[in-house]
Amino acid sequence: MSQTNPEISQSELELNPNLTEKPETLTKIFLRKFMKNKLAVIGAVFLFIIILASILAPVITPYSFEQVNLMAKLHPPSADYWLGTDRYGRDIFTRLMYGGQISLMVAFGSVIGALIIGVSIGALAGYYGGIIDAILMRIVDIVISIPSIFLLITIVTIFKPSVGNLIIVFALTSWTSTARLVRGEFLSLRSREFVLASKTIGTKSYKIIFSHILPNAMAPIIVAATLLVGSVILAEAGLSYLGLGVQPPLASWGNMLQGAQNYTVMLTAPWYPIFPGLLILLTVLSFNFVGDGLRDALDPKSIE
Amino acid sequence: MNATTLEKKGSNHLYSSSDYLLEVTELKKHFPIKAGILQRTVGSVKAVDGVSFRVKKGETIGIVGESGCGKSTAGRTLIRLYEPTGGDILFKGKNISKMRESELRRTVRKDIQMIFQDPFASLNPRKTLKHILAEPLITHNLYKGREREDKIQQLLEKVGFNPMFINRYPHEFSGGQRQRIGIARALAVNPDLIIADEPVSALDVSIQAQIINLMEDLQDELGLTYVFISHDLSVVRHISDKVGVMYLGRMMEFANKKDLYDEPLHPYTQALLSAVPVPRRKGVERRERIILKGDLPSPSNPPQGCVFHTRCPAATAMCSERVPEYKEVKKDHFVACHLY
Repeated sequence: MSQTNPEISQSELELNPNLTEKPETLTKIFLRKFMKNKLAVIGAVFLFIIILASILAPVITPYSFEQVNLMAKLHPPSADYWLGTDRYGRDIFTRLMYGGQISLMVAFGSVIGALIIGVSIGALAGYYGGIIDAILMRIVDIVISIPSIFLLITIVTIFKPSVGNLIIVFALTSWTSTARLVRGEFLSLRSREFVLASKTIGTKSYKIIFSHILPNAMAPIIVAATLLVGSVILAEAGLSYLGLGVQPPLASWGNMLQGAQNYTVMLTAPWYPIFPGLLILLTVLSFNFVGDGLRDALDPKSIE
Repeated sequence: MNATTLEKKGSNHLYSSSDYLLEVTELKKHFPIKAGILQRTVGSVKAVDGVSFRVKKGETIGIVGESGCGKSTAGRTLIRLYEPTGGDILFKGKNISKMRESELRRTVRKDIQMIFQDPFASLNPRKTLKHILAEPLITHNLYKGREREDKIQQLLEKVGFNPMFINRYPHEFSGGQRQRIGIARALAVNPDLIIADEPVSALDVSIQAQIINLMEDLQDELGLTYVFISHDLSVVRHISDKVGVMYLGRMMEFANKKDLYDEPLHPYTQALLSAVPVPRRKGVERRERIILKGDLPSPSNPPQGCVFHTRCPAATAMCSERVPEYKEVKKDHFVACHLY
């Protein structure tokens, strides 16, 4: 019995002929399933283009984002101004690209912050349970009960509404859903048999958390984070629209909308509000589609 | 047979103090029921409520009982996945029932391993076989580099697995194959005692036989001791040297396999054994089935006195008042019943 039992190995090969082929890695399975969802693929391509364009804004845009041309106020889209100009004669295409930098930076920064807080608190609560869980979850309940839009407005009025402050504020108000999600995942994963097996082996808690539980909880975390990016973009746009977000002359998609909120402007220069609005809509929609696609592709239950 | 295996292990001074590798005395595990916002304890589920047995090195102990009788909880408490509520667990003469996790890790984690019921849940789906089997070796700092790789290949071969699958993920294998991987993982640290919690009940009958045979072969080769938990009386009869019967968290009867199956003393054991289907043969009388009345009582509110008296065909007035003592009525034959 100490040698290979050729009989069994042979029968295994016959029963399961795909074992002789190259193994399909988890990444490949993920890509194959993600590609099936056309909307998610389109969303991902769109986001890729937006992100790339924002990063490359200084290279691809013909103007500077604060370059004013009073001779060409509210200029309709043309060869010089691809998407027209705003009421100070600034190029809307240019400002959209630069605005993308700010909006996406705020969104990604806030989500990373929210994930760090949410995953840590959720993991501690879910893994240790008991009194630790009870205390942490009551804190979550309290944070959820605070009306976040008023908190945002208050904090932003007290502190100067800079990009950094916005990230901190959004991170501090949006981590709760992640914490609850992660706690739930940890609660169910910690009693799974492979985690118990690690305990009987004597693996230390932090190793169990990082090498067994967290990787298996990653899928819902990634999905939630993707959807959260969309909602933070919306929140930032809303706050900027109220004049409490990113301050001009810096551009963000939200404060570009604010500049266009005048009724006459909307009628005489429809391109002014439409393009930032459209970009917000499409970006948030894309994040949601990608989130849905990731949810299906990362679902461990359909790994087979 | 035990004498020879005992001598082999004689170098271990801890062990020589006792004839038994594992001695479990009055093991209890109660799960608190909490209610209200203050999470006050309002009651408890007495999942394991007084289980005692002893295991010699090289033996296989079968533990049987119906669903919810606490056999799995008993197994998990034995290996200290759960904190015991009471009782002692002596492993190699050392009491591990109250040991801290850090000390357990240093002393006995390596020597007691577990095989789990569900081969689809017992392997991390995000790790390759290599990682799964390397984990125990890394945790206990056994073997290094090339040697570690060799050891992993050996383990796979030992459980009848082709080592070329070392970089595969668990989802690529069938239930029986995964159970072999689970066994290989348990063997990685060269344990003395393996607690097998329903290791074959999730598998096809033909695969069950393969896994059982593998476990028996490994026992012969490595001198393993098994605590084999199952609800399948036939499987337990096949593999065990001694068998314990549990009901509602308590050990009802514990004896050598032959004694227990040929001459069950406890009314519950008799009823249980009468439910085993037997092929009809000429000249062999059909056994009479003992049908138990009623349902299994709730372990959060077990009956007074003997927990079995509500369904026992032989119950007397005393049974509902006094808890029967778990005692040795014949040599190596323990029963908890007022009839004896």
